[in-house]
Parts: sequence; structure tokens; C-alpha cells
Amino acid sequence: MHHGGPKLTIGAILAAALFLVALVFRRALWNALDALLTRIDDVLEHRRGRGKGDGPLAAVLLTPALGLLAVFAFMPLLWSVYMSLFSSPDRGASFVGLSHYSRALTSADFWHAVRITAYYALATIPAALALSFLAASFLFRIVRGRGVLRTLYFLPYVTSVVAAATVWRAMLNPNVGLVNTLLDTVGLRPDRGPMWLLEPRGVLSFLTGGLIPESVGPSVALSCVVVFDIWHSSGFLIVVLLAGLSTVPRELEEAARIDGATWWQTQRRVVLPLLSPTLFFLIVVSLVRAFQAFSSFFALAGFKGRGPAGSTENLMVYLYNTFYEYGEYSYGAAVATLLSALLVLITLFQWRYLGRKVHYE
Amino acid sequence: MTRRALLYLTVITGAGLTTFPFLWMVATSLKDAAESASPTLDLWPDRWMWSNYIETFRAAPFGRYFFNSFLVAFSVTAAVVLTSLPAGYAFARLRFRGKNMLFVLVLATMMVPFETTLIPNFVLVHRLGWYNSYAALIVPWCANAFSVFLMRQAFLGLPGDFLDAARVDGCGPLRFLVWVGAPLVKPMLVTVGLFAFLGSYNALLWPLVVTGTNAMRVVQVGLTVFSGAEGVRFDLLMCAATIIIAPTVVLYLSAQRHFIESSVGAGIKG
Repeated sequence: MHHGGPKLTIGAILAAALFLVALVFRRALWNALDALLTRIDDVLEHRRGRGKGDGPLAAVLLTPALGLLAVFAFMPLLWSVYMSLFSSPDRGASFVGLSHYSRALTSADFWHAVRITAYYALATIPAALALSFLAASFLFRIVRGRGVLRTLYFLPYVTSVVAAATVWRAMLNPNVGLVNTLLDTVGLRPDRGPMWLLEPRGVLSFLTGGLIPESVGPSVALSCVVVFDIWHSSGFLIVVLLAGLSTVPRELEEAARIDGATWWQTQRRVVLPLLSPTLFFLIVVSLVRAFQAFSSFFALAGFKGRGPAGSTENLMVYLYNTFYEYGEYSYGAAVATLLSALLVLITLFQWRYLGRKVHYE
Repeated sequence: MTRRALLYLTVITGAGLTTFPFLWMVATSLKDAAESASPTLDLWPDRWMWSNYIETFRAAPFGRYFFNSFLVAFSVTAAVVLTSLPAGYAFARLRFRGKNMLFVLVLATMMVPFETTLIPNFVLVHRLGWYNSYAALIVPWCANAFSVFLMRQAFLGLPGDFLDAARVDGCGPLRFLVWVGAPLVKPMLVTVGLFAFLGSYNALLWPLVVTGTNAMRVVQVGLTVFSGAEGVRFDLLMCAATIIIAPTVVLYLSAQRHFIESSVGAGIKG
């Protein structure tokens, strides 16, 4: 048995007692709070002077949020770039210029991680968007039960990646997992069947029956992570797309159909252009997420996110391993800066080239 | 008619596939060790092993993990609400010098990818002596730019007459904010709170790097430790996954409207 220890028990009892006291005396507490607020209001009114804006009040209201943001969001941003130029974050570390950057850019592991991130983004985003668009346009057509079905489709999105990944790991276990057991029962499993999450060989080789060499393209393990993340994130995409679809005027679709357009023609020429602001937003968000994907790699692929033979080591996993496992903070900061710069560049590129094609009414 | 039947068949099949892993998870968690070790599509356990759940809590300190997770998630939620409400109000309703510049700075931190701040914050937490403590798990997440932004939008959407009416009645701005403003923007407060809670409860990377002992681990980190152990039983793993997912599913089902509307709001106005 594991116990939290006496300290934990005492803490829990104290918290419960405090909560009860607050509940019993809530009237008195509200009154005290009101008196305090009145007092502060009076002081501020006094200092306000003659209609010179709300400076003192704004300072009181903004300090908590801005103070925290300054310490934990703004300062780290500058510090990260600063520490990447030194040998370590410690005081008295020697200045090393851009050598961490040149080390990253000449490191095979770094480029491997870039490639994995690219595979992941290029596989996940189009597939997730296409599937979600189909699901959303089907759901949009039905009336009865739409709410319940939408709830079910959205469900994976609110669940923890770690817990969901645990379930998938159990299903994909090569020896006693559900997937291979089912494949066995229907006689579909060849002798050299994939080991799923433990399979470092290329997925293209399996799909083409060995026509493409095993070392080409993403591994089977990475493909499993891709499928998992499509499943986990599509609920969000479907809900946003459903809302987007409800802004498309029905008459336009009707008109297209009466003019003899097929379903696909209607979607392509009428619905998708009108949906382009929503699609553009989803692509931008998905790309940012793809560059920050960590939990699904860590919890699903195993080996501290590296997967079999390092075949799922994306940039975030690489960053985690350099700084946390090897303690190379400054080099990690350089990698983080490169990663962010890449993300900013891609986002700008999207605004410039994709954003232009977006059709706003 | 057949077209419609086909449509229903497709969306119901899709929903079934989407939810299947969860059904299988709950079913496997209730099977005995032998049955869960040879998986089938059968979702009805031969023997209902409710005792698996008790055994899971014995196999790893999940009680402690849950206490930590809830303590952290509730603290973060309360703090995010308490920091973003006044800040959003100030940015939406007050006039002061440097307002626009400050707001642009806040928006800029929203664009900063999490990975850039990870290492500096990790070093900072160590220097403050917060490693492996609740402070490390809670304090860095007590304010975020997106929540401030959402609260500002909510206050901008309110008609200005409310404040004027309150002022005339002799109500100061702080009292107005607490007794009049906050109830008026309650839907957005709930949304901000839900995001904060889910984000904190489901987080993995930060708790993973700033905690090192079971006493401080949260459920997500605890589960990765538990599932990484040699020879851990399937049924117990599925119990652990079920109890970790359960609170978020309950929260989701009870506040569904907020979840869906907020995602939609992000998509349409974004």
C-alpha cells in the first residue's frame, strides 16, 4: 500500500475544514470582500486626480497577469536566445557565438528529427482534414441524432493523450494485442507482419509488398502515431468545420444541384471556397500543433519518444532528450530557437501564399 | 430513402470506430487477468472484476497522483480566472497610457511556441529551488495570454451602459468588476476555466521534467511510469486509463455546450 503520509492527510483535512467554514460564513465573507473592494475603489478614486485616465486602477488589475507573463513567458523567450550563445546557462559560462547553431545544422540527428517532423505534419494534416471534412459534411446533412454523434466524434479530443495512448499500445501490442489477434483470426497476417509500434521498417515497403525499400519513408511505428493523432484531433476539426458549414448559404448548394452539378462538383466549386477561411485557420493551427507534438510520441511510441531504432524522434523529442536526458541546456536552447524560427517562417509563408487564396465574403 | 439510410450508416459506423477504443478500454478493465491477456472484440466480460480497480490503486500510488493532479489543476484554473478577468477588463474598458503597447506584448507571448520557454523555465524553476514541488507545477501556468485575450473580447462585447449605470449608482470600478462585470461575462469565464483545467490536467511534458518522485507526480506522468513497468497487466493498465479519462469525460458531458461553442468561436472569429 502507498500512503501520502500524515502530512497529506492533515493537509486534506485542513482544506476540507476551511472549505466548510467558508461555506457556512459565506455571507460574512462576501460582505468583507465587498468592504475591501469599496476601500480600494475609494483609494484609487482619491489618487485618480482630475480625469487623467485609469492608470492606478489599471496597474492594480494588470499586475498579476502581466507579472506572471513577463517572468514565465516573455523573459524566457529572450533568455533562451541569450543562453544559446553561451556554453551553459550558468554564470561565468563562456561565449561560444553561433557554434551551437552550426552544431545543430551539421548534426545528422537534428536533420533526422526535422524529417520526422515533416513526415508527421505532411501525413497528419491532409488526412485529418479530409476525413473530418467528410464526417462534417455527412453530419451536417442529418438532423436527428446530430448532437449525440457530434458529442461522440468530439470525445477523443478531451481525453488525455497519455491515457488514450495506453489503450492504443495495448491494442497494437504485436504479440497479445487486439489488432494482430484479429488479423490472425481472419488469416490476414503474413509471417513477416508488422510489429506496429515496435516496427522501424518503412510503411511504404509494407503497403507495396516490398516494392519500395524498407529504409525509405516513415516507419510503421511513426504511421501508428500519425493514425492515433488523426483519431485524437479530428473531433476538434469536425466541430469547427460543422460550424463553418452552417455559414454556407443553403441556396447556393441547391442552385448548384439544380444546375446538374454532382456532389463533388458542388463541394469543390461552392462549399470549399466558402469554407476556405475555416480551412485556412485549421491548417495554421494544425501545423503549429504538429511542430509541438510530444505527448503522443512519448506515450505511444515508447523509448522516451524515440520509437524503434529512433524512427519516431521528432524535433520535440530530440529537444527533450538533449536537454533533459543529456543536460545540454544551451544546445537545447539553440535547437528550440531553430524550431521556433522554422515555425514562424512556415506560418508567414502560409499567410503570404495560402492566405491570399482564402475567399472572404 | 436508401441514400439517407446509407448516410446514417456511415456516420454511425464512424462514431463507433471513434469511440471503440474507449469501450474496449472499459471492457478490458473489467475482465480478469486471463481474459484480458487474450484480447477479442468481445466487450462483455465473462467475470466482472470490479476488484481490478482496487488492485490498480494498490499496484501504483494512483491516489497520490490524483490528489496532485486535482490540486494542481484546480489551483491553475482558479489562478487563470483570477488573473485574466481583471486583465481582460482593464484592456477592454479602461483608458491608460501604454495600453496598446502592453496589449501587443501580451499577444506576442501568445505567439511564442511552448518549446522556446521550456528550457529557460526549467532552469529558472531549479534556481528558485522549486524542482519537484507544487510551486513548479502551478505557478508558471497561472496566467496565459490567450485567456486574457478571451476575457478582453468578452468585456468588449458588453454594452458600455452597464458601467455608466453602476457608476451613477456610486459603485466603484472594482466593485463593478466583481459584482456586475464577472456575472455578465460568466460564459467566457467558464470557457477560460475549462481550458485551463483540461490543459493542466492533461499536460505531460512540463510535469515530466519538473517532478522526480512519486510524491509529486501527477496522473499523466504516473501512468507513463506505470505502463513502462515490466510485465504490467493489461486489465490494470486499462483500469488506470479509465479512471484518468473519467473526470474529463464527466466534465465534457456536463459542460458540452461550452466546449463546442468555444472551439467554434476560435474557428470562426480566429
